[in-house]
This record gives sequence, structure tokens and C-alpha cells, in this order.
Amino acid sequence: MRTTEQIKPVAPKPAATWQHHHILDVDDFSREEIELVFHTTQAMKEVLSRPIKRVPALRGKTLITLFYEPSTRTRLSFELAAKNLGADAASLSAPASSVAKGESLVDTLSTLQALGADIVVMRHPHSGAPYIAAKHVEASIVNAGDGWHAHPTQALLDLYTIHEHKGNFKGLKAVLIGDITHSRVAHSNIWGLTTMGAEVTLCSPPTLLPAGLGGQQHHLPPVSIEHDIELALDGADVVMALRLQLERQQSGLLPSIREYIQLYQLTEARLASAKPDALVLHPGPVNEGIEIASAVAHGPQSVINEQVTNGVAVRMALLYILAGSQKQ
Amino acid sequence: MNKPLLIKGGRIIDPSQQKDEVGSLLVTEGKISWLGKGDAAPPHPDHNVLNVQGLVVCPGFIDLHCHLRQPGNEDKETIATGTRAAARGGFTTICCMPNTNPPLDNQTVVEFVKSKAASEGAVRVLPIGCISKGRKGKELAEMGDLAAAGVVAFSDDGEPALNSYIMRQALDYSRAFDLPITDHCEDTVLTEGGQMNEGIISTKLGLRGLPNAAEDIIVARDLALAQLTGGRLHIAHTTTEGAVDLIRRAKEKGIRVTAEVTPHHLTLTEERVIGYNTNAKVNPPLRTEQDIQALIQGLNDNTIDIIATDHAPHTEADKLCEFALAPFGISGFETALGSLMSLVHDKQLTLVNLIAKLTHEPAKILGNKHGGLGTLAIGTEADVTVFDPALEWVVDTRDFASKGKNTPLAGESLKGRVMATIYQGKLVYKDDSVKLKEN
Amino acid sequence: MSRKVIMTQDDIRRTLARIAHEIIERNKVIEQVLLVGMHTRGVPIAKRLAANIEDFAKLKIPVGALDISLYRDDLSSLELQPTVKSTDIPVSVDGKSIVLVDDVLYTGRSIRAAMDALIDLGRPRSIQLAVIIDRGHRELPIRADYVGKNMPSSRHEEIKVQLKESDGVDEVAIISTPEVKEGQ
Repeated sequence: MRTTEQIKPVAPKPAATWQHHHILDVDDFSREEIELVFHTTQAMKEVLSRPIKRVPALRGKTLITLFYEPSTRTRLSFELAAKNLGADAASLSAPASSVAKGESLVDTLSTLQALGADIVVMRHPHSGAPYIAAKHVEASIVNAGDGWHAHPTQALLDLYTIHEHKGNFKGLKAVLIGDITHSRVAHSNIWGLTTMGAEVTLCSPPTLLPAGLGGQQHHLPPVSIEHDIELALDGADVVMALRLQLERQQSGLLPSIREYIQLYQLTEARLASAKPDALVLHPGPVNEGIEIASAVAHGPQSVINEQVTNGVAVRMALLYILAGSQKQ
Repeated sequence: MNKPLLIKGGRIIDPSQQKDEVGSLLVTEGKISWLGKGDAAPPHPDHNVLNVQGLVVCPGFIDLHCHLRQPGNEDKETIATGTRAAARGGFTTICCMPNTNPPLDNQTVVEFVKSKAASEGAVRVLPIGCISKGRKGKELAEMGDLAAAGVVAFSDDGEPALNSYIMRQALDYSRAFDLPITDHCEDTVLTEGGQMNEGIISTKLGLRGLPNAAEDIIVARDLALAQLTGGRLHIAHTTTEGAVDLIRRAKEKGIRVTAEVTPHHLTLTEERVIGYNTNAKVNPPLRTEQDIQALIQGLNDNTIDIIATDHAPHTEADKLCEFALAPFGISGFETALGSLMSLVHDKQLTLVNLIAKLTHEPAKILGNKHGGLGTLAIGTEADVTVFDPALEWVVDTRDFASKGKNTPLAGESLKGRVMATIYQGKLVYKDDSVKLKEN
Repeated sequence: MSRKVIMTQDDIRRTLARIAHEIIERNKVIEQVLLVGMHTRGVPIAKRLAANIEDFAKLKIPVGALDISLYRDDLSSLELQPTVKSTDIPVSVDGKSIVLVDDVLYTGRSIRAAMDALIDLGRPRSIQLAVIIDRGHRELPIRADYVGKNMPSSRHEEIKVQLKESDGVDEVAIISTPEVKEGQ
């Protein structure tokens, strides 16, 4: 077992800097807090490299996942993270439970609290749902994705993956390609990357870009917009391809998938415009042949599998740090 | 009340008579019987006295746009609770929208509302009839019948009259009754699924937006149809800079249009939604500071004729859910004056103009059939509002008479408060601090 | 507040030399020994012991660092989550005679957590404990195999070990403070 040599050790402030009882969005994390997450993730990765991938840090705590949208990898990732820390994990899958009978979100959460949940991990199709949860229960709420709004744990694992390879974010050119409007992963990554000092460029058909981004606006982070993929990728250090969300896609935003592929697919040829050591990320699940060519997804610059591995470690780190916030 | 009531020592502001002076007014058998300047006292001293020294006395407010929910949604509001709330807000005449269940598209339902108002209402209720049968937007409602039943306007509010053919016919046909068509201007094809104003806040919160253009499009269309037909058009709840410009130019061309704006659209921006506050979810949505400035300018140059509350109560359970699932609407009667007074305190609107927009101007739109409203002229209905322009108070929704506690102003401090309301000579609301001496 | 030095730089040097000799004496197969220092001050002490053992027995003994944050039994009552430090043990623990090294032995709870951590890492042959100061007040049945100095103390006192590597000076002092300090 050894610590990852290539990372410059970050001197973290103690967990006293952590102010959040919930993890709802990345836009309220400071740089120090994100660095604390990195530091703790490193320790968790070491735990995951042991023969016994378990520590008793969250013994006695109950984590319940409440997923109103289908998901395999994210839910599993959280459940494993919880169990690796010695917590008890259970899951509530929305259609299968009384939610389908018309039980409101607030009622469901009150029930979970009465059942003893310390941490509720929520995924919901409507933006803002975890904020209601946070107002109405004492348990810590972890947002595993709400509507178009945020997916903070995904962004943190993406940032950690980038950090492992690139170290400092300052001056790093990060390019996000795809459906920005409907991608909560994109939103959270934009916040996280800009907080850490990276320069973010968005490459997207104009109809898939939400209002207000690109200007110097209060409330929104600074980003550049570039509709031509080759220009956007020029000199990039990090390239993130976003899933073209066919299920959430409203017709009329794109003339056809074929045209999207022509203009925005991340191919090997296009990737060559980026730096030779540029990283390729994708939040998954990957639509190979649509937003990303198979050769790139499986190519030497792809860190897609590392993202998944890091996902468990990052979530362990977050659950550990969050457990501390429950006593306040 | 049998004895006459002297409302004594207040600052009487009546824009209909261009009056602004300290004095007293006497109410006898439901009518304004005497008005005196300064310390003048009425001839016969046998009356009760309401001491309003230091307060403003003006005609009772008139609201051309509100939702009373009865029949059909009595859990959200009834005519009884809604009119009591109106009285607390200083409104003595309110016009209720027909999006009830069943809707006000025929005489029977209109008679129901009128009789409920007569027996249980605290203030005057004037119904608005539907433009189309069932509010379905396909066939004109029986406007003649509705006019005879006493509606003061036609509207499918809640929805726009999206079918241009129907809207044209409505503007045309209604000319026979000299009643306006009030349109909720929204291109619902463009706004489908929208939750709040489209802009930087909707992007930040990940919510689908309702763009300004969707309102401007229908306003422009309606103005063109009003010009074509010569009918009377009333633009409900104007909220955009673009709409104000369009209405201004239309008035210059002589098109018969009037427009209203709500207190919340004059004072609150889209930032109120931050945190996913469903009490700030309203249609049309709260917009930007730029739109607010255009609306205030519109009030000042009379592009916008009146202020109307669009009081839209909902139950707490209705609003306690995911933002996208919450119904649109703000409960507005009881905070209207307090929030509007901030514009006066900031010197963006004069007190006299504010009162005019709530009294004389709405009365003009109601026309001669309801003559004598919005004024303190001798011989007219004694509908009087008394308010303290400077009193600071904190909004506590538990004090609301309305069943609707859905306001983004809950817990906020406002400066300006209604202290007493008189309807047809009866005190329908009085704050304890205002002293009534009965002789 | 009063402060009294109970070990000087020389005292510490002599003590660590003595402990190194004792470790060599008691571990017949010195090659099986693995020194594991507990964060934070146990780590430089372990390194010094390894240097001493190399001097005396001419043998390089591996040194590791152990973080016990994830094994503490008081996590649910602490106000703040302790910041996790790294656990870095360069060899497998299987079959090793581990000498756990820490600066002060007090309630014994940290040692209990350390043993749980080591056993999760593999199957050591044995675990021994070396400390510079044993200040009594054990709350669990744990004892040190190698002790620099026994220093019975009251709960109102703090024993502060300072080392050149972390604090710039080698010194052990006893400080009387009014409040009861959190047990280690």
C-alpha cells in the first residue's frame, strides 16, 4: 500500500471548516472544503486497496437511498460507500413503494426519518426536491441528482479524478461538450471547476445552452462559450463529454441525432486538437457512437473507469465528513 | 349601523375630485353625506366618531382581478374568507375571475356567486365571465347572458385566449355590451413546462423558464386584434418591459386598451425564487429589476392604468412540494398596500398616483354601470379605506383572513398598513388601535 | 497554569536508545519486527527507534505510519470529524512482530483503535507497544511493553511531548490546566 506519489500533498484545514449539514450543490462549497474532500478521498482509496475494505467509522449510522429515477451505478456506489464505513444501508425505489400511491415527498421523508435514517441519499426528477427534504427532516440529505439542477457527488468525483492526474486546477483548460441545459452533471462541474480555478469552456448547440451563461453575471460562474468543437478543444487539458440525454430530450431542440454526431461527437481526430495529455471524462452511462467515439471512450486518454472507482472513495469521504456535521 | 359615522381628522386623498386635504367626512345610511375641511364639523352632532388623525382616508380600493375559488375549490378560499381578506387589505370592490369549478360561463353560476357574495361577502363582489364555453377556448361563451347577469368583463384567465380567431370574435362580439376582454397574455406553446422567469436564476436553479417574449407575443397579437375590431382590450398582470412598450405605442395610436399590474410584479424580482420558494411561484412570473423599472415608468405615464392584486390563494399542502409540482399563485390582498407603499417611500410613485391606480382608474374601467365607485363624492356609496402610510409591521400569515398563506412576504417587514375599511357605510374591518366612539 | 519539564533532549535520546535495545533483546527474530508509528508524533519516534536499531543491530527495520481516525470509538460524540491522515505501511503486516509506537499512553482507547486497524490490514504475528510516557488512567485493559518514563498525573494535567521534527525542540513537559482534557 502506498499513497499516490504524484499528488502534491495538500495541507488541509481541519474538518472544522466544513459547514454543511447537507450536500445539495457544489456552488456552496469553498475551495478549502473541496480540498478537504480530496484529502479524505485519498485516505478512503487506501482503505479500498486493503484486503478488508472496511472501517468502522460510521458504525451505527443508517443510510437510506431514495431514488425516484432509475440508476444502477450511483445507487450502488452510495450503498457500497456506506457499507465500507460500517453503516447500514437500505434503499427505497420510488415506483415500488407507497410513493406510487400518492404519498407526498415530505410524507415519505418523514417516514424515513421515523425509521431512523441518519443520511438520506436522494435522486429526484424535479430540481429543488432535496431542498424541500433539507427543510423538513433532521437527517442529512445528499443530493444524488435533482432534475436539471445539480449532481454534486458526481462533480466531486470528476474533480478528484482530474486532481489525481493534474494536481493544481489553476489555469487548467476544461471543456464540457454536449447538452448543458439538461445536464446536472455539467452544472455542478461548472461550479466546481471554476471554484478550483480552472477555465471552463462550454461547447454545445445553442439550443442546449441555458440562458445567461457566458456573460459576466452575478449568480452564475464565468465560462466561455464556443460552438465549434475543434476551436473549443484547442489546447484543452480536460475534456468532458456529456451524455446526450435522449430520455429527457424534448423534440425540437435538435434537428436530428445524426446532425449532433456530425457536429459534436468527440472523435479521435477532434481530440487531437487538445493537449496530448488531455484527460477524457464522461459521467456515464456512455452512448458510444453518439456523444463519444468508442475508440476515445476506451482510448489511452480516457479516465472513465477511474471515475467509477473514485466514485466509491469520494462518496465514502463525503459520508465520513457529513457524519461529523450531524452532532451540531 | 344606523347612526351616521364621522371619519374624523384624516388626510383625505380622493384623486377623482383632485382632493388632498386634512378633514372629515360623514357617512349617512351607506352614502357619503358630508365632507369638511380642517376642523370643520358636520351640522348635526349625533353620530359615531372614528378618529383617524394622522391616517390617510381615501375611496375604498377596487381590485379588477382576483380569485375567490368558490365554487369548486373551497379548501383554498371561499367568497366569505376572500372578501374578509379583501376588507383587511382595504378593498371594497373586487372582481373575481371565472376559473372556478364550474366556471362562470353561464348565468346560473354567476347568480350563485352573486348570492353568496350578498349573503356572506364582506365587500362588493363583481363577477367576471368566461370568454369561451368552459374556458376551453373553442367557442364563445354566451356573453349577452353573462352581461345581463352582471359580469363586468370577460376573461379565460389562468389561460390565454390562445386561438386568435376566438380572440378576434370575442373582442368584436363584446362591443355590443361595452365590456372589456381581459387577456392573460402568455404563448403557452412557448412556455410549456415553464416554472419561473427564464434567465440567470432559472439557469442557476435548473428550472425551465417562461421567457418575456411569450408575454410580448400575445400582447402584440391582442393589440393588433383590438385595433382590427375596435373592441375593448384589458391586459391582465403586465410584467415585461416589452409589453409596456407595446401598450404605450398602442395607446398613442388610439387603440382601446387598458392594462393592469400587480403589487408583486412591481416590487419583487425572480431572485425571490432562490431556495426553490414555492410561495414565489406565480404566473406570469416575477421578473427582473429592468422589467420592474419599466412597469413603474408605465404606471407613471399612464401606460398602465391600474393596479390589481391577482390574489390567488392555495392551501399550504398545495405549495409544500417539489417546485415543478406546485401551483402558481400569490395570496395578495392583505399585503398589497404594504408592499406598494415601498414605491412611495422610495419616491418612485406618488401617494396620490398610487391611490388613483387603486380607486379612480379602476372605476373608470368599470364604467357608468357601476357609477359612484372609487370616489368620495357626496351622494356616492360610502366605500372608504383608512390607512397608515408609515406604520411598520411584520407580515404574519397566521393573521390573514384569507385561507391562502402563500406569500413570499411572510415574515417580512412592510411600511404602510390598512387600519380600517368601510363598505356601504359599514365598518368591515378595523384595527384595534383605531378608536371608534359610539354616541 | 504551571509548566514543568520532565524530560530534556538528553533524557529523550537516552530513553529511545534504551527502548531500542529492549526491542532487540525481546524480539529473537529481529527481521520480523515492523515499527508502526501512530499519527502524529508516534511517527518520528518510530523512525528514531528504527535508526537506533540499525545502529545497534546493523539491520534496517521497516517503519510505517498509522492513522486511527476511522477506528475511533468516540466519533459519534466529537464535535468535529477528525481530519483523516494517511496510513502508509510499506510492507505486509502478515506474520510481523509489530511494535506500535506512540508518544503518550493514557486511556488506552487509541491503542485499541490501532490494534483494530492493524488486524484489518492483515494477520500480524504479535503486537507490542512502545511509548515515551505512560501517564496512567487506563480505561481499557491495555499495557505498554516498552515505557520511557512512568508519569502518574491527574486529569487536570496535560503531558506535552515536543519533538524536533514537528515542534522544533525535544522536550516533555507537564502542564497543569483547569479543564479536564479529552482522553486519548
